Amino acid sequence: MSIYTSLGSVSEYVINCTKCGNCQAVCPIFKETLHEVGVARGKISLVEYLLDGKMEMTDGMADRFSLCTTCMACVANCPNAVPSDKIILAARAEAVRKRGMHPIKKVIFKTLKLQRLFDFGMKTGSKFQGLAMKRIEGKHYGARLRFDVGLGKDKVFPNLAAKPFRSQYPTVVKVANPKKRVGFFTGCMINYFYTDMGKAVVDVLTANDVEVIIPPEQGCCGIPASVNGDVASAKALAKRNLKAFEAMGAEALIVSCSSGGTAWKHVYSELLEDEPEFKALADKWAAKTYDINEFLIKVVPFNKEALGPVNRKVTYHDPCHLNRGQGINKEPREILRSIPGVELQEMKDPGRCCGMAGSFSIVHPDLSDKIADKKIADIAGTKTDTVATSCPACRLQLNSGLVNAGLNKDVLHTVQILAESYAQGKKNNSH
Amino acid sequence: MSAKEAISELIKALGKENVLSEREDLITYSYDATAVVPHQEPDVVVMPTKTEDVVEVVKIANRYKMPIYPRGSGTNLSGGAIPVKKGIVLSTQKMNKILELDTDNLVATVQPGVIIQDLNDEATKHGLMYPPDPGTVTTATMGGSVSECSGGLRGLKYGVTKHYIMGMELVLASGEVIKWGGKTVKNVSGYDLTALFTGAEGTLGIITKLLVKLIPAPETRKSLLAVFDDLDKAGNAISDIIRHKVIPATLEIMDKVTIGTVENFTHAGLPIDAEAVLLIEVDGYKEVVEREAPIVEKVCRDNGAVDIRVAQTDEERDLIWFARRNALPSLAQVKPALVLEDATVPRSKIPNVIKEIRKIAEKYNLMIGTYGHAGDGNLHPTIVIDPRDEDEVQRMHQAVDEIFHAAIALEGTLSGEHGIGIGKVRYLPLEFGEAGVDTIRRIKEALDPNYILNPGKMVIREE
Ligand SMILES: Cc1cc2nc3c(=O)[nH]c(=O)nc-3n(C[C@H](O)[C@H](O)[C@H](O)COP(=O)(O)OP(=O)(O)OC[C@H]3O[C@@H](n4cnc5c(N)ncnc54)[C@H](O)[C@@H]3O)c2cc1C
Ligand code: SF4
Ligand code: SF4
Repeated sequence: MSIYTSLGSVSEYVINCTKCGNCQAVCPIFKETLHEVGVARGKISLVEYLLDGKMEMTDGMADRFSLCTTCMACVANCPNAVPSDKIILAARAEAVRKRGMHPIKKVIFKTLKLQRLFDFGMKTGSKFQGLAMKRIEGKHYGARLRFDVGLGKDKVFPNLAAKPFRSQYPTVVKVANPKKRVGFFTGCMINYFYTDMGKAVVDVLTANDVEVIIPPEQGCCGIPASVNGDVASAKALAKRNLKAFEAMGAEALIVSCSSGGTAWKHVYSELLEDEPEFKALADKWAAKTYDINEFLIKVVPFNKEALGPVNRKVTYHDPCHLNRGQGINKEPREILRSIPGVELQEMKDPGRCCGMAGSFSIVHPDLSDKIADKKIADIAGTKTDTVATSCPACRLQLNSGLVNAGLNKDVLHTVQILAESYAQGKKNNSH
Repeated sequence: MSAKEAISELIKALGKENVLSEREDLITYSYDATAVVPHQEPDVVVMPTKTEDVVEVVKIANRYKMPIYPRGSGTNLSGGAIPVKKGIVLSTQKMNKILELDTDNLVATVQPGVIIQDLNDEATKHGLMYPPDPGTVTTATMGGSVSECSGGLRGLKYGVTKHYIMGMELVLASGEVIKWGGKTVKNVSGYDLTALFTGAEGTLGIITKLLVKLIPAPETRKSLLAVFDDLDKAGNAISDIIRHKVIPATLEIMDKVTIGTVENFTHAGLPIDAEAVLLIEVDGYKEVVEREAPIVEKVCRDNGAVDIRVAQTDEERDLIWFARRNALPSLAQVKPALVLEDATVPRSKIPNVIKEIRKIAEKYNLMIGTYGHAGDGNLHPTIVIDPRDEDEVQRMHQAVDEIFHAAIALEGTLSGEHGIGIGKVRYLPLEFGEAGVDTIRRIKEALDPNYILNPGKMVIREE
């Protein structure tokens, strides 16, 4: 009985909520709407009604349960250690069981539309970009959608890669004397949009004598499905990925996006709880999954000798699912601090959600933008030229917000800045 | 005339975006932070953004004879925000602007929905502070905490909410708007209605604006933790500190049950075999703190403290207050629910009341952790229960009953800071007799003859 298969599985969590209201202090949704249903306490009270049989699941309830970025800020701030994110995910899965794909049919619909657009774009290449998206003048800032697919016209998308990341690389990227052989789970955003981020991961790993395996059969992590209660799709994707990596074999699995990390470390085991064979596989891989920052600090300490100077004033945004979800917040900062020339300046509340939350921004684009505005204001309060983060989804959101606010800053993954430093180090040495 | 018609009038007056009437939303306004009290869904929730909106709501409520329940963040512990007789919940959360920070007169003017911490953050920028700091300082609203007259950790030296309220604007049950008090330190015009409405729990009027006093923030502070193997010794130390003319900003106590539970959950390094610990902080100018801290230390030692830890660094200070802040959360981990009382006695009676509470806990076979603001006599006996265990809930009610009687017998009060609300109404005669209760009722009926404002709280209507 997991949170994905039964609402009853969260009843022990629900009863621990004392309605103290502490979650109001940190919930990004509540801060915008000021509606009690936005905050964990409100959604938990709806779950109580469902569990007590005082009300049936309605479309209206399902809508309310969609009001959550799963940022886990409430969980971290709860004096009673109530895992509200789990309760909400369980309620979403229940909504799908009881009401069909509503409310996520909206999401599915829009994502499908978007995916077709991307697939089409992949085939027609740059011609499509001009057709559908309006390039934003300036540096490498991406493009705005020319027509509204329900994402709000204001969201600035990164340019679609000319060639997906996984098609650019061989299955095994070899090094001379490998210290370790690791698998790289790319995730969709790196594959389709942020190939530069994927390249940085490979560059940094190989610079540290780590061989990188990139199984071509890997696919979407399944988080967009699991967080919306589409358990069947999530399971199928989990199995596909487990099989792909199991077939290749590797000593560790590297992820550089926070959803991917969450999926491999926590969600696959929960999803596959009632399928012993896959559950065992999921547990095995969960134990050897590392976020790239984590890996470079804890498993194969990255080589500091070979670093060259990078002149950047950087502020770091903590992705929710890396920071609260996986407890990783010191590692990226440690990496940034050790790069010569990088000056790290903290923004106010670096751990506050950016409002992207994957498909949340598709269902609630306006709310997503409002949450982002707060983040952008915090960034604007620093004297920096670069925003570092460790998640492609956050990168998209932050970049979009910065462009719309007219702020000229690079948004990069920590590992990209590290890759720059290695490149610079190499250049300096060859002189 | 139905609730439905009232709702459409409310929508017309306030706009659709400020009225909630779907059941999925109403459910979430059926409770506040109070444990084991019945919840009730309202007919409608309104979210006014200005005083005129509130006036409109009151007029409509009068026309449709629907009660109004003012609500801030719904964090009170006496059922004050629960719409017990259905009707209209009036949430002030959208009235959340700090209107003015007057640094010449040291007065802030705020709307009722401002969160206490937000005001403090603003005040800090000017080297000022708003001292009342209930445990919910990051969530509770100004309107809610003024209506409960909240206290907090700094009550001993800095007083409680009522000491900082200089004036207010209110909408009365009739729909009339009155303004009382102002920016002047001195003001004796008329009865002191500002005082009357502070702590009125939303039963006399709806606060739409507040003028509050700010004070200079202390320059520095010093914390220490004193361990006692005997309750009386800890009690003597409390009074003796005051006798030495030192008024700490904070003087907290935790009893044995609380110490054990906190240590179990936090491993903050508390002495689990101690009978009581005192957590003390002095603040002010550097010179003052340097004089007062050693006095406090010496007094504790002279009164038999077996161990004293003076925080030398910020980290050590944080560890002391980490332990205190975790009292409630740690007790909450023991069982699903907790009943947090706030019976208060003169500070000299602290050991007596803790011993009484222990006897009561044994008698009813309950786990009660007692901790709280020893300096001002305000204790929080916290009963941990499983609400599914009916027998335990029953025993809890009996224990609460006896705790109230014990507090009154020791010249104390039913509630130091959480308010009367629903649960404690029937105990009021115990504290000030039938004539006292009748006085409250006459005030209520003079201002709100139809019991339209927060009915069922503080005053019970005679049928
Ligand atoms: C974990 C926890 C710790 C706490 N610690 C403390 C503490 O240390 N000290 C302390 O004193 N209290 C404490 N409290 C309780 C305290 O009373 C509340 O936190 C706070 O005062 C209520 O603020 P609120 O905005 O949530 O008001 P609500 O709960 O929404 O309302 C409180 C009352 O005020 C009325 N009201 C609200 N707004 C208005 C208005 N504009 N006009 C008229 N009436 C209004 C309501 O009708 C209700 O009767 C604690 C509560 C919790 C859950
Ligand atoms: S902070 Fe935790 S216990 Fe308190 S209301 Fe929120 S979820 Fe419930
Ligand atoms: S997970 Fe984040 S968005 Fe969701 S209820 Fe908690 S604080 Fe709010």
